[in-house]
Amino acid sequence: MQATYSSSRILLPVRPWFIFLSLIIALLMNFLPTAHWPGVPDWVALVLCFWSVREFRKVGMGWAFVLGLLMDVADGAVLGQHCFAYVLLAYLAASLSRRLLWFPLAQQALQVLPLLMLCQAVQLAMRLLVGGDFPGWSYFIGPVIASLLWFPATFILLLPQYQAVDQDPNRPI
Amino acid sequence: MAGIDHAPPPFFKQGPAPLALLTLYIAISVAIFVVDLRMHSLDLVRQSISLVVDPVQRVAQTPGSLVDYAANYLQGIQVLEAENKALKHAQLNTAPDLQRLVQMEAENERLRKLLAVKEREKAQGQVAQILYTARDPFSRRVIVDKGQQSGIVAGQPAIDEAGVVGQVTRVFPFSAEITLITDKDQAVPVQIVRSGQRSVVFGLGNGQLELRYMPANADVQVGDVLVTSGLDSIYLPGFPVAKVINIERDSAYSFARIFCAPIAGVENFGELMVLAPREALPPAPPEAKSRAGDGGADKGLRAKKKRAAKAN
Repeated sequence: MQATYSSSRILLPVRPWFIFLSLIIALLMNFLPTAHWPGVPDWVALVLCFWSVREFRKVGMGWAFVLGLLMDVADGAVLGQHCFAYVLLAYLAASLSRRLLWFPLAQQALQVLPLLMLCQAVQLAMRLLVGGDFPGWSYFIGPVIASLLWFPATFILLLPQYQAVDQDPNRPI
Repeated sequence: MAGIDHAPPPFFKQGPAPLALLTLYIAISVAIFVVDLRMHSLDLVRQSISLVVDPVQRVAQTPGSLVDYAANYLQGIQVLEAENKALKHAQLNTAPDLQRLVQMEAENERLRKLLAVKEREKAQGQVAQILYTARDPFSRRVIVDKGQQSGIVAGQPAIDEAGVVGQVTRVFPFSAEITLITDKDQAVPVQIVRSGQRSVVFGLGNGQLELRYMPANADVQVGDVLVTSGLDSIYLPGFPVAKVINIERDSAYSFARIFCAPIAGVENFGELMVLAPREALPPAPPEAKSRAGDGGADKGLRAKKKRAAKAN
């Protein structure tokens, strides 16, 4: 696979354990106490969106559903709230994937923003419908920051695939 | 009969179509959302998942608590000395009351016996440490470090040194979730200390509480202290809950809008005490039982409060 479809660089195939590891780390980052600060993004949504775009055959809605269930229990939220949002996110990201990778990174981030925003909005709508408490507009800063993080996320999550097949100790990455 | 089939055979097996999968997963999500919210029959699922998630969550909270610990450690001996001094002073101040408390409780018991009134229940409980606030931004809950293993059950009230903090709403094997009294629509039956008037105070979700269904000319003043009335079978009577901070009387509405601030350090971290469940109240008189099981004048309120208690 290429870094983007328009680049000429060919990447190594992704390793499934790395996908798994990155999703688990995202989950851990969501559990950190920083999650209460305004503007802290939903890491799981970001990483899930990334892998759904790049590897939609490996990371699909099943993964999204299980991660959603874990998040629901960890959050003390109503079961099914994150499941719904993440499954929708994974589906939309996968359906975007053929087109998205033709764009440069900045435009990719711009197209990912509505997806992440929708992911938050769906949760907000579900909870407000059943009488939840409105958490304030800072709730929507998270997705904006998450879409800005699309640049570092792309770099870090693709790093293992940048390595050369024939390891040459004298050559930098 | 494969030859007659008009569709070409699939080249690569890809599983069900994405749209079909999406529909399936969304349907499951909505189903468990409704079941969890309305029927509460998924608690076992939640508890079993929490067995996996809870240790991970505690690990994730470690850096924060380490920083707290370090900050406390480095706080310095002077601060501690000052605090120690203040505490000793406070202890001395309360000493006369405390020393006579035992005698007064005995006297109270004797007098109640003389009057043939039921004895007051004594408050017992266990201290629990708040681990972290639940991440859910739509509600106000905290997680404490005592759970089913310590005999905690859903419905137990929790207090701190100043007043009522909340109520246990979900119990996991090693932790429990406490819904704070400031959570939206969390109800606590209260009594105004000054006038003895009973009402129910509801959380607003923004850190304040509201005393609802009080007539516009009700005898409520800014600064009034609300204590638990004990009319439910959850909270013992007499615990401070909130203080009235603002009253809006508008003749266009039949009820006054009365805002209160919690007395306990509801949104603070620290330790709190989970009180033992109350003894079962005596059964309601038979004619009250025929009216859906709740007697008393403020039936609507009671029903609402019961629903709130049940929903937890």
